Amino acid sequence: MALTVDVIVERPGFRFAIATTFAPGITCVLGPSGAGKSTLLGAISGLLRPTRGTVALGDEVWVDTARGVHVAIEARHAAYLFQSLALFPHLSALHNVAYAVPRAVPRAERHARALALLFKLGVDHLADRRPRTYSGGEAQRVALARALAMTPRVMLLDEPFSALDRERKRPLIALVRALATELAIPTIAVTHSLGEARALADRVIRMDRGEVVADGAPADLLARAGHDDDLVIADG
Amino acid sequence: MDWDPLLLSLEAALIATLVAGVVGVALGALLARPRMPGRHLLDALVAAPMVMPPTVLGYYVLVTVGRKSAIGGLYRDVVGSDLTFTFHAVVLAASIGALPMIAKAARTAFEGVDPTLPRAARTLGAGRVRAFFTVTLPLAAPGVIGGLMLGFARGLGDFGVTLMIAGDIPGETQSAPLAIYDHVQAKREHAAAVSSLVLTIGAVIILYAVNRLTRDRHREDEARWH
Repeated sequence: MALTVDVIVERPGFRFAIATTFAPGITCVLGPSGAGKSTLLGAISGLLRPTRGTVALGDEVWVDTARGVHVAIEARHAAYLFQSLALFPHLSALHNVAYAVPRAVPRAERHARALALLFKLGVDHLADRRPRTYSGGEAQRVALARALAMTPRVMLLDEPFSALDRERKRPLIALVRALATELAIPTIAVTHSLGEARALADRVIRMDRGEVVADGAPADLLARAGHDDDLVIADG
Repeated sequence: MDWDPLLLSLEAALIATLVAGVVGVALGALLARPRMPGRHLLDALVAAPMVMPPTVLGYYVLVTVGRKSAIGGLYRDVVGSDLTFTFHAVVLAASIGALPMIAKAARTAFEGVDPTLPRAARTLGAGRVRAFFTVTLPLAAPGVIGGLMLGFARGLGDFGVTLMIAGDIPGETQSAPLAIYDHVQAKREHAAAVSSLVLTIGAVIILYAVNRLTRDRHREDEARWH
């Protein structure tokens, strides 16, 4: 099911506008700080209310400012992997992941599902440990397990690998690609990194100062970006 | 040595902590919202009892809940007697003393919670209420509990407002601080000293516990980020 986003966000000194459709697969949104990458994720997840426009997943309208529609954040099932990962520090990995399993599911079943996901992502040994004891890569895997536990309909990744070094990044990129293929849902990853975009994306959108400046296949756009003086992106 | 005033103070302070705890934690959560309209004015109104002379505060409370007031009349209709000069007035005075301490501490504790965490809870399917009770409140708990303890200590030691709205009736409204005042007036020096010592030890124990609670929280934060 495709995600259609046609929104304008206006704030003092900042204007963001995008009109596009995200098909199942990974779209990387590239751009320097202030380009509007996080604004896009906010508008999709519901954490931010657009000034004007619509957001819809298939036929299901999440936002329609003209009709006053703004579906609650928790009702969208848009998994959001924050840059900080936002793991709950007072909960173990098991409880972090179980938190995202719908409450209608009995408690024992919630825990069983959480444990299965931790196992799938190779971090079941952390089940009883709290986040402050995890390494960077382990924390990413627990956060991914938590995102999967909610049975997401859209995945939003905000600078997902920025805290990792090159060696730890590689297996996680492969993991995210495999998960995105398995889920077959629109997955939007914002990043500064050309390297991440090259390794992850089926499609790349380049943004600058709140506007889309390029949109296409990764090979075409990334080749051009290498010659672009105003694009401040680190190759990671 | 008459322990009744101390027991009465303990009972009143406990009830006051529960009452002011519910209101104060809710106020603290509201005040911690950066975009809440009128936040600074509300904060000033909540904190005002901390800096106002107790007699002035007591006067306002007396006017607000006295027998001629609307609230006082409503109370009389429901309970069948006046609110002023009763044990309930002692509780009210202790609650008024405790509320700003609890609300201030709760606000600071809530502001210390990374705002991304409740947002993450929302994206994971939690409504506002569940996100608050399962993420924000547990993470703010050490600061909130510290505020409740300070509020209890403040309620235990209230003098001015209690005297204004509850009077000093032995066995009914005479709290420990009022009893100490009476002991001094009547030159019962031993009783005044013992009561003062008990209240002082209680206050020091509470402050020590609050310090431990907040220091342990800082240590946890350091361990998390370094």
